[in-house]
Amino acid sequence: MTEAITTRGLVKRYGTTLALDGVDLAVTTGEIHGFLGPNGAGKSTTVRILLGLLRGDAGEARLLGGDPWRDAVELHRRLAYVPGDVNLWPSLTGGEAIDLLASLRGGLNRARREEMLERFQLDPTKRCSSYSKGNRQKVAIVAAFSSDVELYLLDEPTSGLDPLMEKVFQDVVRERVGQGRTALLSSHILAEAEALCDRVSIIRQGRIVETGTLDEMRHLTRTWIHSHTTRPVTGLDSMPGVYDVVPDAEGVTFEVDGDRLDAALRHLTTFGVLTLTSTPPTLEDLFLRHYGDELAVLGGNGGAR
Amino acid sequence: MTQQTTTERTATSRSGTARAAIPRAGTPWTGTARLVRHALRRDRVLLPVWVAGIAALSAVVVASEVAMYATEAERASGAAFGAANIFSRIMDGPASGTSLGAISMVEALQKLAIFVALMSAQAVVRHTRQDEETGRAELIGSCVVGRQARLTAALSVAVAASVAVGAAVTVLLLANGLPLAGSVATGLALAGMGACFAGVAGVAAQVSTTQRGANGLAGAALGVAFLLRAIGDAFGTVAPSGVELVSAWPSWLSPLGWGQQMRVFQQDNWEVLWLYGGLFVALVAVAYRLASRRDLGAGLIADRPGPASASRRLLSPGGLALRLQRTPLVAWGFALLVTGVSFGSVGESMQDFADENPQFAEMLMRVAPGASIGELYFALIFGFIAVGASGYTIQALLRMRAEEASARLEPILSTSVGRAEWLASHGAIAAGGTVAILAGSGIAAAISNGVASGDWGAGWGVISAALVQVPAVLALGAFAFAAFACAPRWAGAIAWASLAASFVIGQFGDLLKLPQAVLNLSPFTHVPAVPAEDLAVTPIAVLLAVTLALASLGVWAFRRRDLAIPA
Repeated sequence: MTEAITTRGLVKRYGTTLALDGVDLAVTTGEIHGFLGPNGAGKSTTVRILLGLLRGDAGEARLLGGDPWRDAVELHRRLAYVPGDVNLWPSLTGGEAIDLLASLRGGLNRARREEMLERFQLDPTKRCSSYSKGNRQKVAIVAAFSSDVELYLLDEPTSGLDPLMEKVFQDVVRERVGQGRTALLSSHILAEAEALCDRVSIIRQGRIVETGTLDEMRHLTRTWIHSHTTRPVTGLDSMPGVYDVVPDAEGVTFEVDGDRLDAALRHLTTFGVLTLTSTPPTLEDLFLRHYGDELAVLGGNGGAR
Repeated sequence: MTQQTTTERTATSRSGTARAAIPRAGTPWTGTARLVRHALRRDRVLLPVWVAGIAALSAVVVASEVAMYATEAERASGAAFGAANIFSRIMDGPASGTSLGAISMVEALQKLAIFVALMSAQAVVRHTRQDEETGRAELIGSCVVGRQARLTAALSVAVAASVAVGAAVTVLLLANGLPLAGSVATGLALAGMGACFAGVAGVAAQVSTTQRGANGLAGAALGVAFLLRAIGDAFGTVAPSGVELVSAWPSWLSPLGWGQQMRVFQQDNWEVLWLYGGLFVALVAVAYRLASRRDLGAGLIADRPGPASASRRLLSPGGLALRLQRTPLVAWGFALLVTGVSFGSVGESMQDFADENPQFAEMLMRVAPGASIGELYFALIFGFIAVGASGYTIQALLRMRAEEASARLEPILSTSVGRAEWLASHGAIAAGGTVAILAGSGIAAAISNGVASGDWGAGWGVISAALVQVPAVLALGAFAFAAFACAPRWAGAIAWASLAASFVIGQFGDLLKLPQAVLNLSPFTHVPAVPAEDLAVTPIAVLLAVTLALASLGVWAFRRRDLAIPA
């Protein structure tokens, strides 16, 4: 397997502010890679470096086998970019903006353009000045998916879209990516990443703190278990990797680390399991694991489950 | 007004339990005072700079007039010259007697009034339509703020700034030893002009949906005011005293004309101030009426559907740049064409005029001894026009910064358009447009001069007077471009300041006896007075070399730097 995007130790400073503090990102060709983090974590800065719009201060970045700064023009023929905050020319219509962006990229697929306009229900005859945020976003999305490219850089692409359109967007991404095409999807909407992504990288304060498939990550996070048993459960508290044990009249509720699940269940079955409910960790849990301390500082209900 | 009633009713019915917290029903003006404070804070640097700059200009002009006219006799001959000279009539306005104050204000009042109008109109648009365009107005409108509060606050700030200009100018005129009445009248005329253009901008901001469009409408209104005044004064008659021009009626249709008809330091016609007051009240009433009838964000010019797909011509960096740059190019081209025609048509009378006014002839002859008056006239007049034309060049080049700052450049540079290619697309239009509008102005002047005089032989000389200015304008433009590439966030300030400096050096450099080193900073200082002089190759070559060097520096710097976009 080849890598569509690789960065090693990418550093970017704005004056005294350290925006990227050694980002190591690897996106495999053919995958939809989630790039998760809250506002200001460095997602857009990373994407803009990958587009050659900004220049990294240290470290290395490779994109489709080229140098994003030096080979920008050549590489851009092979990728499409959807920014999170789309600004358009007030005097142009949406249709003109779509044609312009797709043509400048190097190719407009007319049939696909019509299909996308239809699916996203965008009126191309309206002036960009009269579009809402969601509709401006649609213009960029339609333009991106109207060209045949190898790589999609999607920086919070669905901000401002309604849930129906978000669904359409997910369908389109699923159809378009794969068969050698790759997408980097930066987002803070976890459900979206969960629905789309093969692998995710979590960025925090300019560093990647976690990378892997959702399954791999789940392994690292706790599963929530509720069970009715014939006899009261004892001894769970003292097992390593088991937390928040709450016995009740009919059974027990607890959380357990992924790598201790087997041992905990073996222990549980000795008490006569009548029912068992297990909830795997959501991406949100994974996320909160890395941001729990920040939430705690903010006075929220932080901490990993 | 019905909408407003509905709003109030909804507010009342919703308040229910919260009634105690809202002691009285809001008016359309609720919240104005807070918005005024907010606007003043936003403009805490910009408006003081405007006020100080305009006041300083008035002081500079008075100082230069004092230096130029030592005696009453000199002033009398100067005033007689101004009254009779069609060129002075069109550019400056009507001569109004021989007092030092009057002579100074013939030179300065219109320039000061134009600057006050621009300051005031831009301030109103900034605090009304710009806020709507960016969505800030929505945020403010959702607070406890009346329907007319934003407009009222914007008008208040603009009028206050205009009054501040008037007061500052009054003080500076008094400090130069000019009489009290005339100084106060001058200040009031400037305040009135600022108030009227606050009103104009108030209306324009309701009509157009964009800040750019609203500023354009206000600028067009200023252009019409100048034209009306210029026509009125061109067709005026010289009073029996010989030192005063009685303007024809069109001057009285123009707010720019009113200030001059006050005849400050000569008659001090206070009753003219009623015209300013009346126009201000009328414009504000129209603006309020329009504001209360439209939705937030909407304009009066309805949006019509446009083409669903782009034409072929748009689909390249150059095509996009042309589309974005088309309107200013056409507007400037038209303005310079009209300018060329008007100045060309009076070229022939310059010789007669010089025969009657040896002083005028002497002034021209200083530039290039032995040349013909007509040739000198065109060399000088295109020196003026070129400074104006560089306004176009800088505006066109700064469009690049606007594209970058509004994050519209980001998606373009994320396609297979390279940075150099994008720079070239806008640079070519700015440079080509500069050549086109100057050439157009020169050709228009040559034709109107030919028609008026029947002498078509001078035509090429007139056109060359326009074209010889091109390298100087391009050099200034290249400086603005380098500023954009090296210091993007300061590009606008640096570019306009460099134009203003060139203007001041060209207009007042000799009068103020500035050292040659300072004069040399302006590219226009180096342009040979073609067709009165031979075309000197060296300065032209140097200007072109400077242009090329600055442009290369700009391309080099822009290709190396990060895009300066909001995060």
